[in-house]
Amino acid sequence: MASTTSKIYSYKFLLPAAVVYLIFFIVPTFLSFFFSLTIWTLSDWKFTGLDNFRIFLTEPSLNVGLRNSLVYAILTCGLKVVLGFLLAAFLSANLKTKGFLRSIIYFPNILSTIAVGIMFSSLMQPSRGLINVGLAAIGIQGPDWLGNPSLALLSVAMVDVWKGVGIAMTIFIAGIMAIPRHYYEALMIDGGSSFHKLRYITLPLSRSSMNSVIMLAFIGGIRSFDLVWVMTKGGPGFTSDLIASIIYKQLQGGFYGISTAGNVVLFVIVSLLAVPMYRFLTKAEVDL
Amino acid sequence: MKRSSIALAAAMALLTVAGGFAADRQKLVWLQWANDGAQKNLDAIIAAFEAKYPIDIELEFKPGSAEGENLVKTRIAANDMPDLLSFNSGSLFQVLNLEKNFVDLSNEKLASRLVDSFKSTVSVSGKGVYGIPYQPIPAGGILYNKKVYAQLGLKVPKTWKAFIANCEKIKAAGKVAVIASYKDDWTAQLLLLADFYNVNVANPKFAQDYTANKAKYASTPAALRGFEKIQEVFTKGFTNKEPVSITYDMAQAMLASGEGAHYPMATWVLTSINQNYPDKINDIGFFALPGDSADKNGVTLWMPNNISISKTSKHIDAAKQFLDFFVSPEGLAAYMSVSTPDGAFAIKGVKLPDNVFPAVKDILVYVDANKTAPALEFLSPVKGPNLPQICVEAGLALKTPAACAVEYDRDVEKQAKQLMLPGW
Repeated sequence: MASTTSKIYSYKFLLPAAVVYLIFFIVPTFLSFFFSLTIWTLSDWKFTGLDNFRIFLTEPSLNVGLRNSLVYAILTCGLKVVLGFLLAAFLSANLKTKGFLRSIIYFPNILSTIAVGIMFSSLMQPSRGLINVGLAAIGIQGPDWLGNPSLALLSVAMVDVWKGVGIAMTIFIAGIMAIPRHYYEALMIDGGSSFHKLRYITLPLSRSSMNSVIMLAFIGGIRSFDLVWVMTKGGPGFTSDLIASIIYKQLQGGFYGISTAGNVVLFVIVSLLAVPMYRFLTKAEVDL
Repeated sequence: MKRSSIALAAAMALLTVAGGFAADRQKLVWLQWANDGAQKNLDAIIAAFEAKYPIDIELEFKPGSAEGENLVKTRIAANDMPDLLSFNSGSLFQVLNLEKNFVDLSNEKLASRLVDSFKSTVSVSGKGVYGIPYQPIPAGGILYNKKVYAQLGLKVPKTWKAFIANCEKIKAAGKVAVIASYKDDWTAQLLLLADFYNVNVANPKFAQDYTANKAKYASTPAALRGFEKIQEVFTKGFTNKEPVSITYDMAQAMLASGEGAHYPMATWVLTSINQNYPDKINDIGFFALPGDSADKNGVTLWMPNNISISKTSKHIDAAKQFLDFFVSPEGLAAYMSVSTPDGAFAIKGVKLPDNVFPAVKDILVYVDANKTAPALEFLSPVKGPNLPQICVEAGLALKTPAACAVEYDRDVEKQAKQLMLPGW
């Protein structure tokens, strides 16, 4: 009898959500595993075994893409964590303008990524863009931000941080707000400084929000695509290609089978990195 | 209050009139490239057509390059094609499964008006005619500023060596010798694609062997020259600063003003130079991309892009009427009422007016001497989609020309396999 009483709602309530999930998530996922093994023209397909995986994995730009994706993910993730945490710690203090400052930092996040990309492309134009014109005014010759092969990816990563740091900050603020006041009071009675507050209370006790930020930013970074595509199209040449932009290029070329295979590879890579990372991070969490 | 209600009533009256008027007119939707340099000429044809027939043409725009191709492929797969489509002829068009998706025009009267070399680029192994020429026949090569040439006392080069010597002098005079507009990466391919006349002279069987997986860019010295030329103009310092930040439009401004002396491009750019810098169009000349020997100097011709009719269209007859009008003397007269064409038409019996741009006259010299070859993409169905980026790599010396050729051969392999060609 206990089993029927513990079930408050009928499983039938699950049905609408389950159907949507099945049609738009489960079915396409399995179809993509299938089509990754074919030469596919969208209307017709021919089975080719693992040929698509062989072609995708020997793609000359894939090495660059893998390395770039990792660099991009680690760089944007690291900066978002550090900057987001410092901003959050600063803006949880009793400042009069903190609401205003928080909104300003959060604001870029509301903008469409495409619009941000187009805006920064023109700001970073080497001879007429606002950034280099500004630098020239104080006597510095700015570089070709998006045209220099060794700089293009870093420029895009900086824009990504500018756009995404607001989310990290918000998550950190929520975490910091949840820390009970009496820890700080105890530290003050013991004569600790503000630095001690940050180092020994705020930092360790916002560990769970830090984990969320790291996971979100890292996975977001490794499968990042839109900003790079708008700003450099993976160029100059293939120097700022990410895994996702390489996959997209296969799609553009009409190689639907190969691009599906690429997505399966990306799925495996993200899982291989994300699952152990999640395990590792949650182990180090501290209960409040 | 009163005023706004009157305005509303007036607006509704207008709507009813317009509605009643539109009811007996058919509407065709044409999926067309955004920002085409000759859009005004096309608009003139549309206006003349709409005045004569009870059919309206509505334009829907698509981006150029791979992005636009992808959009078309997706819309075909989703059974969502508009009535009319403008698209590249040759290898890129072949990918779209013409027999299944487009209306065969070979039994229409208009087909007899098209030149055969064009028809072969819009047919499937010689069968059917799936499009009409959208523009005059473009030629690929070097567009140059005649004023700069006159100032520096230069002569039109017939060999690559002479071209390099000219570039040295232009560079010494403080000007940009070769304009590189790699922000629009498709423009990086022109030095390679327009070099095909020279490849063809050296290896007349290259296109055939290349399609059959027997000849490669990396192992054919004449073909490899294309990548070498792209790199040489960069390593010798002939190109402008920051090539990756310069667009196709900016390059036109540089050429027109004489800030840059040479622009490797096809002549489809002339119409838009004429529109934006009408007082400079007579300063622009054209010469074929020089090869290694002066007596084998000739030009690579493109085939015009095409307009085709989707099989899913509900107004196929109206669409045929439009295409028929497009290639009729009346349609062409409307086209030329805006500006003179930037090349010869691929339509039989059309004479070019005497006042064509000087650069077009330069092309006709090669055509009259029969020193022409079609670009590779009209002889072979395989063209790798990553060629623009690979050419940028060569053009910024990120890789050696040989490495670029190997990379491109691999890119081509994917395309050939997707097309399921024999021998791959």
